Amino acid sequence: MREQLEGSRAVAETIGRCRVQVVPAYPITPQTHIVEAVGAMAKDGTLPGCEFITVESEFAAMSAAIGAAAAGARTYTATASQGLLYMAEALFNASGLGMPIVMTVANRAIGAPINIWNDHSDAMSQRDCGWIQLYAESNQAAADLHVVAFRLAEALNVPAMVCMDGFLLTHAFEPIEVPDAALVDRFLPHRRPQQQLDPDDPVTIGAMVGPEAFAEVRYLAHSQLRRAEEVHAGLAAEWTSLTGRDVAALAPYRLEGADTVVVALGSVTGTLQDVLDERADGTGLLNLRLYRPFPNAAVREALAGARRVIVVERAFAPGAGGVVSADVQCALAGTDVEVSTVVAGLGGRPVTTAALHGMLDAAAAGYLPRFDFLDLDRPLVERELAHLRGGAS
Amino acid sequence: MTAFEIRLHGRGGQGVVTAAELLSVAAFLDGHEAQAFPSFGSERMGAPVTSFCRISSTPIRTHEPVSRPHAVVVADATLLHHVDVFGGLRAPGFVLINSVRTPAELGLGDLVEQMGESQIRCVPATDLARRHVGRPLPNVCLLGALAALTGQVTRDSLESAVHERFPERIATANVVALDAAYAHVRSPEATHA
Repeated sequence: MREQLEGSRAVAETIGRCRVQVVPAYPITPQTHIVEAVGAMAKDGTLPGCEFITVESEFAAMSAAIGAAAAGARTYTATASQGLLYMAEALFNASGLGMPIVMTVANRAIGAPINIWNDHSDAMSQRDCGWIQLYAESNQAAADLHVVAFRLAEALNVPAMVCMDGFLLTHAFEPIEVPDAALVDRFLPHRRPQQQLDPDDPVTIGAMVGPEAFAEVRYLAHSQLRRAEEVHAGLAAEWTSLTGRDVAALAPYRLEGADTVVVALGSVTGTLQDVLDERADGTGLLNLRLYRPFPNAAVREALAGARRVIVVERAFAPGAGGVVSADVQCALAGTDVEVSTVVAGLGGRPVTTAALHGMLDAAAAGYLPRFDFLDLDRPLVERELAHLRGGAS
Repeated sequence: MTAFEIRLHGRGGQGVVTAAELLSVAAFLDGHEAQAFPSFGSERMGAPVTSFCRISSTPIRTHEPVSRPHAVVVADATLLHHVDVFGGLRAPGFVLINSVRTPAELGLGDLVEQMGESQIRCVPATDLARRHVGRPLPNVCLLGALAALTGQVTRDSLESAVHERFPERIATANVVALDAAYAHVRSPEATHA
């Protein structure tokens, strides 16, 4: 049944239908309505068998999630921005220990300067923490990806983040079909842990590993994460056959025969679809839903026919350049596809249709630099840079 | 891209975020595609807040803020001098202002001339809310007025959206206020007394 719901509400209802058993969460900013709604459902009996644990910090939330997952529970939490950073140490433990936790990251900027608005700096900063990272372009995709994420994580014993744009999606009311409860039950059976903490049958999880085997353990974790691409493909096909909705790793749009292809993650791809329809000039779009593991071969295949690729990034690597662009360039190594990076929408700056048209016009005219910021107030930064240089001399 | 786009301006506590949500729910109930989202500033009472709603016959994919609205709703007339509330307004657009005064009295004579009298209206939404709901919350009233002014959502779907959102007693009182605002826009003279 289609409903007009807030994104956070739709995700909370989906999480309930995934029959989560433990939800440890830090309920204070930066947080979303998701855990507020899940907490209310756990309390009012809508989620029988779900324990909601209010903890004192995000670090505690992830630590409790690791404990719950180790004890065999289907475990979920959500965070954003600085909250994700505060979890960082535990994120690596969750993946290193093979805990299939699913977490929503309601993408927001990282301070300083303090800023509560949307970009992808939070999730991108944790790109290498060993978690699967999925990015939703709409609230429908966010809800669907959560169901797939639980099964994917539990099949591989690898934790998964579902990233959805803070405010732009979490606070947006859109028509959505919350995945049907019976259908979710069919797709997502109860978790069957291969190993779990049990006082009657004690085991050690997370023993110390020295130089003689550490590289091997990490190699195995890498291999397991790499497998997620193939397993995700199978699950996505199954989900599509059940629902008719696409959750594949890559979502191409107007890609066939495209001369210029924009690569992007998240809700900006919706705006980009409108822009490409307006132009109808042979520009295509590749929406990356699966970012970790990075689908190298599939990205290469999708982009190899293009002359030019523009990666629109909602975060960047200070002192280096693009984040996603580096992965795209690796995937395209040895081809003569020209890759440009455009950093857009930092700290909640709207990514507008007009600005995206401007970017594509500049690219078509050959003026787009290899690394650029969309909508940058150039006179202002030039003035400031002149001051800084003056001060240094 | 064929969407009817609405931008709502208010101050924290006046309910313009809820208003955009209710509007999107009503449009959805009318059988349209709809999208609503807020643009938060600092989250405190009294700070300027903007929210957006799109209503369309086709799925809405964009997530950019509404910069070229077909309709602008101003829940607090003191914003007229602080925020560019009419920025990007399309012609012929609609303007709805919460005020006991007329557009001309608010210094908007030029805008009235430019847009035409039928396109710009004031409605005493805070007074109507105080009278019918007992609280000075203008948001639901303004939706009734917007429905009457633009015809983009039906009064019945607004009623359903309000009932979905609020407890029975509050919803019923708000629907009375909504109807009063609707009637005010349809025939302002009749409700002035």
